[in-house]
Amino acid sequence: MKILVCITNVPDTTAKISFTDNNTKLNKAGVQYIIGPYDDYALARAVELKEKLGGSITVLNVGEAESDPQIRKALAIGADDAVRVNAEPTDSYFTATQIAAIAKEGGYDLILMGRESIDFNSGVVHGLVGEMLGIPSFSPVMKLDIEGTTAKFAREIEGGKEFLEAPLPLVLGCQEPIAEWKIPNMRGIMTARTKPLKVVEPIAVGDMATLGQYTLPAPKGACKMIPADQAETLISLLKTEAKVL
Amino acid sequence: MVLIFVELDNGSIKKTSLEAVAYGAAVAKATGTTATALAIGTADAAELAKTGAYGATKILHANAAELANENAMAYASVLAAAVKNENAEVVILPKSGLCDAMGARAAAKLGASIVSGVTELPDVSNGFKVTRSIYTGKAFATVDVKGAVKILGIKKNAIEAVEGAGSATVEAFMPALNNGDFVAKVTGQEKASGELSLTEADIIVSGGRGMKGPDNWQPLLDLASALGAATGCSKPVSDLDWRPHHEHIGQTGIKVAPNLYIACGISGAIQHLAGVNSSKVIVAINKDPEAPFFKAADYGIVGDVFDILPRLTKAVKDAK
Repeated sequence: MKILVCITNVPDTTAKISFTDNNTKLNKAGVQYIIGPYDDYALARAVELKEKLGGSITVLNVGEAESDPQIRKALAIGADDAVRVNAEPTDSYFTATQIAAIAKEGGYDLILMGRESIDFNSGVVHGLVGEMLGIPSFSPVMKLDIEGTTAKFAREIEGGKEFLEAPLPLVLGCQEPIAEWKIPNMRGIMTARTKPLKVVEPIAVGDMATLGQYTLPAPKGACKMIPADQAETLISLLKTEAKVL
Repeated sequence: MVLIFVELDNGSIKKTSLEAVAYGAAVAKATGTTATALAIGTADAAELAKTGAYGATKILHANAAELANENAMAYASVLAAAVKNENAEVVILPKSGLCDAMGARAAAKLGASIVSGVTELPDVSNGFKVTRSIYTGKAFATVDVKGAVKILGIKKNAIEAVEGAGSATVEAFMPALNNGDFVAKVTGQEKASGELSLTEADIIVSGGRGMKGPDNWQPLLDLASALGAATGCSKPVSDLDWRPHHEHIGQTGIKVAPNLYIACGISGAIQHLAGVNSSKVIVAINKDPEAPFFKAADYGIVGDVFDILPRLTKAVKDAK
């Protein structure tokens, strides 16, 4: 079983977002970076599948050198080797093209990633990669087992879930509760240092979409507090003032 | 030409899809062209023609037994065929799991730009610039979209859909289906019936750990039912299995954008707020006056949810 796990290097979910350079760059001061939480679920399930079925896990990141600590963490959690495509991932099509190129070379049975990155929240890279490779893609996958060359999995749908079976290879966008996040142990951290991390340059993609300026939402006005003993007035305020009822 | 995909739910066009039609029609108007809708699955002609009231001149209807399940791969093939057939330059999809998946695969088939999470109409005065939500609603970015075909996934409330008078011509559209799109077998489905969808709902009543246990949800459900609202919950609540996982709202759950979001006994962790910050009006009810939710809310009540919820339900019923 050869598994490719794609991870993103993103600001922690609690990070305060602000911008610098005339609102063209994220202000990275004081921002802690993490493996994308959804990608972390994908990685955790990959490690469990490898323990059960044998095989190998390659971790792939499209990102600049600042991704390396997160890639090392993924290696410490249980990936065997890593590839970093040295480019800032600002467009889904560009990012998917890089992943598809690496995936094609490696001949993986399973390509796992998070359902979406938590910086851009697009949720389209798995579909793009699947189509670029000419193989099926599904998301968001919340349960995954492999039997021989068949994947048996559950996908969240509106108001519930759907159970599916499909032949490998597949691209899956993952989310909880597919597995529990794994914390690297000391042995993992030690061995991660010497596991191979290959850095490759991106392949050229025509200009599809270019990021311009960032903006922050307008600040929220003060919260109107209603005394508990007059809670009922909330309903009339929602009708007459907020006009949402 | 602008092509808009509309999602069907048991033969009815979803509200977010009608918004997408209005959005597509506005883009068509700004670029001096027409808007065509595309629906896949079973629906009657009168329902489909409704897209005309939101600005579509024509609606393509693809219907076949094989398309009864929401199969994103097959839907993407139909969408890509429609784009080619109609020479569409801009494709609009509402933001949803199905639409993200089919939009992505169609983009790869067509070599098209794809931008998801769009929050406003594009600026077409010089190129094609859109504003999109990033960092789970914590910020926005402008994107210059450059592909010959541009696929946009639009967020709920990106435009106010006003129903007009027109009616769209319904045209059958059935491209050849690819066997490769049907390799996956659906072996089962678990779906709560009759539930309002969180992504479509105009009002959401949501509960957190302050509800103190799975058996205490009735007052919240009563208020939701009086308001015609969908129900959601915070991450700890779904982690504890007090409520089903598909109700989890937040950064790693469903992102919602209702007109009214009522948070009951939710402290307002930043990860939860990220999933609700696109709501128009937020109400927080919490016994802790220091709960961070009050900083993100428009209206707040400090008090016991079990005292306040039944009184709000009664006030809603009395006002009817």
